[in-house]
Amino acid sequence: MGKNKVIFEKSVNNRIAYSLPECDVPEHNLNKYIPDKFLRVNSAELPEMSEIDVLRHFIGLSNKNHGVLSGIYPLGSCTMKYNPAINEELAKLAGFTDIHPFIGDENSQGSLKLIYELQKMLSEITGMHAFSLQPAAGAHGELSGLMIIKAYHEKSKEYNRTKILVPDSAHGTNPASVSMAGFETVQIKSDASGNVDIDDLRASIDDKLAGLMLTNPNTLGLFEVNIKNIAEIVHEAGGLLYYDGANQNAIMGISRPGDMGFDVMHLNLHKTFSTPHGGGGPGSGPVGVSERLAPFLPCPEIYADNDGKIRLNYDMPDSIGRVRSFYGNFGVMVKAYAYILSMGAHGVKSVSENAVLNANYLMFKLKEFMKIEYDRKCMHEFVATGAPLKEKGVSTLDVAKRLLDFSVHAPTVYFPLIVKEAMMFEPTETESKESLDEFVEIMRDIIKEADENPEYLKTAPHNTSVGRLDDVKAARKPILAWNSDKE
Amino acid sequence: MFIKFTQKHEWVKSEGKTAYIGISDFAQNALGDIVFVELPQTGAKLESGKAFGSVESVKAVSEIYAPVSGTVTEVNSELEDAPELLNADAYESWIVKIELDANSETELDSLMNEEEYGEFCKNES
Repeated sequence: MGKNKVIFEKSVNNRIAYSLPECDVPEHNLNKYIPDKFLRVNSAELPEMSEIDVLRHFIGLSNKNHGVLSGIYPLGSCTMKYNPAINEELAKLAGFTDIHPFIGDENSQGSLKLIYELQKMLSEITGMHAFSLQPAAGAHGELSGLMIIKAYHEKSKEYNRTKILVPDSAHGTNPASVSMAGFETVQIKSDASGNVDIDDLRASIDDKLAGLMLTNPNTLGLFEVNIKNIAEIVHEAGGLLYYDGANQNAIMGISRPGDMGFDVMHLNLHKTFSTPHGGGGPGSGPVGVSERLAPFLPCPEIYADNDGKIRLNYDMPDSIGRVRSFYGNFGVMVKAYAYILSMGAHGVKSVSENAVLNANYLMFKLKEFMKIEYDRKCMHEFVATGAPLKEKGVSTLDVAKRLLDFSVHAPTVYFPLIVKEAMMFEPTETESKESLDEFVEIMRDIIKEADENPEYLKTAPHNTSVGRLDDVKAARKPILAWNSDKE
Repeated sequence: MFIKFTQKHEWVKSEGKTAYIGISDFAQNALGDIVFVELPQTGAKLESGKAFGSVESVKAVSEIYAPVSGTVTEVNSELEDAPELLNADAYESWIVKIELDANSETELDSLMNEEEYGEFCKNES
């Protein structure tokens, strides 16, 4: 009933959800208290509905949503793992939710201790010297990290260092953050095995080098085996190494960016440490640094004083300053803290082992009927290509759309850009063998359809609440708001 | 007027000191439906090999690199409202018109001609 109607279309004149009792105090004229120019002249035209209809409307919308609780969600690079329910329970504790940010450090020792300990845990997991939990998202962490690189070079008066090298397999946020931080991006090629092309790296180095941004494992799901060599080349040229922690889920407890030679990094708590991604946040992108860069971290630093109290240090003359109001998205930190403590050191390591195992299992199964771009063992994700389907007139997009018919989320498509018709799968450690097998069989059926019934594939999805959307029209002529004047 | 191509799939048509720059048919085909073109300002200095704008399709955003150095004298503002013109006819729909720099002769010489570019695309696909 009322399928796909917006709430305004369901409105019925004079229907109300809740009746207020008769007013038993004298009425006041609003004009007395609020200047005329701020008073609404026209009616707000809010929908008029009964309470049950409002609830049905929103429950209906939520049911159309796909989340990790509704089915497998192998969206490459996003690490859509299951977030344990205990995280939410703990983040809801009144001691955390009701605390006022102006309460002062003396009266917020519990919360500050959580932040301090989480910084320590992240340092241990990554091998970095210190962390700041201020950045509110991954790209925010990138920007903060790059600002630290800039502050470091400026402190040594090396104003000529304006170039940041970024591999062509990198996340789009990398070059964007580079520009935001006032640097210039220089793209580095990948070699035939999907790693950084060392010759191209050497050729791109000059006295303008400020640093290199690298994701390891990279966005192809491949481990940069030459990382020691890369670190040496960059450091020798006076540059710094930035580690994009987007793929940290593959290496926890096994290898550490700090040991690989990285100077700055960010983590995505909303990927690796099981805090929600939904609706654009809130996220958390802690930035970590090696010892020589610690003075440049965002201010204030949260540290343990000699008397055991946790305090805030504002005396940081070299700091890049505050990057976020107060201390970052604190609720997200509580969830990540709960996750790390409940997993323990051993559990954190098995997260990565199982993430890699699941990805390899899925890759080897899909290889039976799909082309895998780089035929080597992968880390936590891998990239297949829909290019062979092109001859049948079917594209990667059609496969992705068809998956929706099976209540499965599509993989990341058309990224990374260096792979044609890319499909990037990341099952994460929280999928069982049974659910992976089920997914493989769905994929097998879809690929078979490319031969047997390509038209059906090209017009998918067929079982969802709306069919194939016109992406082009949506981008060229977007309708962004409900217009009640419309016929 | 003759046409030359870059490895990043831009074309440049030049005559005397004036040149037009656009993206190749191969590029528009690989990008798919183009939904937005980011144009530079008139007067902007283009440096050979450096990005001066971008094209956005449903699939991806790609930078447009200057095949040669010069100064923008005119931008094709029709593309602001009708980016699909690049899909319809990539060689008729120029993106910017430029006044070539003094050294652009050698830059033009280093680019591919139509035949070489055709070969290059074969290896790309």
